[in-house]
Amino acid sequence: MSALLEIEGLRTHFFTRAGVVKAVDDVSLRLERGRILGLVGESGSGKSMTGYSIMGLVDEPGRIVSGRIEVAGTDLATLDEPAWRRLRGNRVSMIFQDPMMTLNPVLRIDTQMVEAVRAHNNVSRREALDRCRAQLSRVGIASPDERLRAYPHQFSGGMRQRVAIAIALVNHPDLVIADEPTTALDVTIQGQILFEMQKLCRESGTGLIWITHDLSVVAGLADDVCVMYAGRIVESGTVDEVLDHPMHPYTRGLLDSIPGRNVPGRPLSQIPGMAPSPQDLDQGCAFRVRCPRAREDCRVAPATTRPTSQRTLRCGHPLP
Amino acid sequence: MRAVAPDDPPGPRAATGSESPWVRAAAEFAESRLALFGLALLALLTVAALAAPWISPQNPYDLAQLDIMDSQLPPGMHSESGKTYWLGTDDQGRDMLSAILYGLRISLTVGVTSTVCALVIGLALGLAAAYLGGWVDAAIMRLADIQLSFPAILIALILLAMLGQGVGKIIVALVTVQWAYYARTVRSSALVERQKEYLEAAQVLALPRSRIVFRHLLPNCLPPLIVVATVQVAHAISLEATLSFLGLGLPITEPSLGLLIANGFQYLLSGRYWISFYPGVALLLAIVAINLVADQLRDILNPRLKR
Amino acid sequence: MITSSLPLVELRSVSKRFSRPAGVAARIAHRLGASAPQGTVHAVEAVDLRVDQSEVVGLVGESGCGKSTLGRMVARILEPTSGERLWKGRPYEEYEHEAARSERLAIQMIFQDPYASLNPRMRVADIVGEAPVVHGLVSRAQRDEYVADTLGRVGLDPSIMRRFPHQFSGGQRSRIGIARALAVRPRFLVCDEAVAALDVSIQAQVLNLFIRLREELGLAYLFISHDLGVIRHVSDAVVVMYLGRVVESAPVAELYAHPNHPYTKALILEVPDVAARRRRYTPIRGEIPSPLAPPTGCHFHPRCPRAFERCRQEAPALREVAPGHASACHLNDS
Repeated sequence: MSALLEIEGLRTHFFTRAGVVKAVDDVSLRLERGRILGLVGESGSGKSMTGYSIMGLVDEPGRIVSGRIEVAGTDLATLDEPAWRRLRGNRVSMIFQDPMMTLNPVLRIDTQMVEAVRAHNNVSRREALDRCRAQLSRVGIASPDERLRAYPHQFSGGMRQRVAIAIALVNHPDLVIADEPTTALDVTIQGQILFEMQKLCRESGTGLIWITHDLSVVAGLADDVCVMYAGRIVESGTVDEVLDHPMHPYTRGLLDSIPGRNVPGRPLSQIPGMAPSPQDLDQGCAFRVRCPRAREDCRVAPATTRPTSQRTLRCGHPLP
Repeated sequence: MRAVAPDDPPGPRAATGSESPWVRAAAEFAESRLALFGLALLALLTVAALAAPWISPQNPYDLAQLDIMDSQLPPGMHSESGKTYWLGTDDQGRDMLSAILYGLRISLTVGVTSTVCALVIGLALGLAAAYLGGWVDAAIMRLADIQLSFPAILIALILLAMLGQGVGKIIVALVTVQWAYYARTVRSSALVERQKEYLEAAQVLALPRSRIVFRHLLPNCLPPLIVVATVQVAHAISLEATLSFLGLGLPITEPSLGLLIANGFQYLLSGRYWISFYPGVALLLAIVAINLVADQLRDILNPRLKR
Repeated sequence: MITSSLPLVELRSVSKRFSRPAGVAARIAHRLGASAPQGTVHAVEAVDLRVDQSEVVGLVGESGCGKSTLGRMVARILEPTSGERLWKGRPYEEYEHEAARSERLAIQMIFQDPYASLNPRMRVADIVGEAPVVHGLVSRAQRDEYVADTLGRVGLDPSIMRRFPHQFSGGQRSRIGIARALAVRPRFLVCDEAVAALDVSIQAQVLNLFIRLREELGLAYLFISHDLGVIRHVSDAVVVMYLGRVVESAPVAELYAHPNHPYTKALILEVPDVAARRRRYTPIRGEIPSPLAPPTGCHFHPRCPRAFERCRQEAPALREVAPGHASACHLNDS
């Protein structure tokens, strides 16, 4: 059977006044049903744009230049606009960092949710309402009947995000892409949402891509992880393999700069410098200017290698 | 103790020299050809208006230069004295081109002067309202509300009826109907800026209050104000034209564009269209040019449209 | 804890209430016998705090707990509604006169948003150099040299002086903000979520800068953050706030080893950890209540797994449970 999601050589470029920005540059990844993939990177690494590319949400001046995205064997490039609409919100859906990207501030929750159900299913309003109610309680919202009659502004940030998640999940999609949905939330609320998401994926067999900058969230939530830097996946594999034995110096640097893993009060180990501007990227390894292991040959693009069957790596001089 | 070597060298993002926000705005402005065209047209009209005494064929205010025999000549006609009236003459035998250049001069002067005065007054009141708050804020803003709840033309008409005619008086009337827009705009952007952390930082640094207001708050409130001001110059010009057309603005001895249009209005149906038409075209060009510039300014100075 | 002479900063029962000014209609309604005007928020309620010379106190809590308000009261941006603020043992008010200006400047603040905290229309040289010149710390002629020196101290290349904030990355901007504070020679920095907006690798760089500055200049910090990992790394002592009140305070090692308050325990449990794989999240229930309508008694009781009747009625006082370790929980009485 084919994988739930398969991306091959995806390139999403932005054609701006200042030049071509290679936001996503040759990204390949694979996700099986019921698994959670953590897509990790810092700002500008292209992690969110990878998610938007899968959802067909890349706006001008951006364009998917090449690559193949297949969801359950369907090549997304072959779809016309109506087919896209059937797919989006039904078999594939997205959760944004800001829940108000999903929610319409002037409509009641029931209106929005019922609309989402009936756009893709030929059911009565009553039946749609039942599904909404069930979905709201599944994401941990108490007294869903009352909540359904409320407007988005009557909720706290955490509650809004839960409603947005409920809408994303109401049609039981095969694939959910979550773009930093807990970054703006407090730790206790984040814990609750991670808990619900984990449970939902396990139960329904939904594949989940969790886009985040936080390796520790990925550690607790995901099965697999892809680490992105400057538009490319530099390392991927199972969470245990990658986080316990990082081979790419960038992954290693990220892990080491987490305060919790350092001796309190002592200087943290840090990655020097900062991420390159996406306009100035050449063919070589984008990390080489900050990399302690960089050599002369890092000026040539390192090929993607497979150290083990589960793992990919894009580094000429990996850690042992 | 001398510091160590920088561990954060100036990166690629900072490689573009020390371009100030204003220089950057100018570069973005130049991206629209239409706006550049508007700016060029506006510059041309301004130069023509300023240079009117030197470039116009005759001084339309000098009755001695007028020849009643040349009255109501169509465009392009030669007079008996050998002059060419490119845009024709009016009922007094006045060269229309000269009258338009002088009229434009008055219209632009009135528009720009009243806008600058209204801007300064509105800026001061709006900043005071935002920064002092409390009853000062309430008083200024209620006054602005009352002001804005009447049609501008009505207030201007009443004022002019009381004050009488004259360039100074029409400027007073225009300032009266315009200051409230600026006060409101400044107040709302000052309230937004006041929440920002750089102003809190200025407070923690114990900078004098006047310095915080004029060096920190004010420059950051200017962009939306510039947009409003550009649009308002066009409004002021057309309002002045309307008032003059109605006979309440400027005295007949110093005809602005509005008065020229009014002047030729009675001949419009008798085929002598040029007496009203060309001043009208000049007015239209001025206002279109200003609006083209204003549109682009709004686009580049609005943070919400920022790419 | 160190029993040194005088604390650098001390807060005694400081409170801050925000009330929305009642509109005309509301005031009339109030005259006519309607209940008291709504909308008073007790952002900070009777908080005591003490920071010693070159000590780092971490202030941790979730949104709405009043930690930023508290920091702004320490930094003189906000005035407390009641309570007393002391600098080197004397009330803040005694430093209002001209001669004490350097003492007032000794408390500076580092802000959260690296974009909004720098004036976009000023060059770096003005941002950093303005206050020292205004206050006569350096002459106008020496300004650029002084600014260059300060920029070097925070790890920036002095050649950036003529640039504007928009030309920098988040990490560089946050260094400029730190340089601006250092330029007036402070003794004490209030850091309000100073690294929250930065990427992980940049966050580590800026935290290291804070640690280095503390060693070089003997600075004390009030380090405000929602991130317990960051707090643990930089602090000597930690204060935990929930909905305007301090619920627990202790030396850092003690707090993480023996958290006493149920809220602190939950917070520490929720901290994501790279070592914990596919963990079962066991979240604490419920939402953070609105500070507009805080629960009665102990503010945490609706979410507390061990709440009992007394918690609903009576607010627990902060009491010492171990040397230097105070907690506000009724469970300690039984």
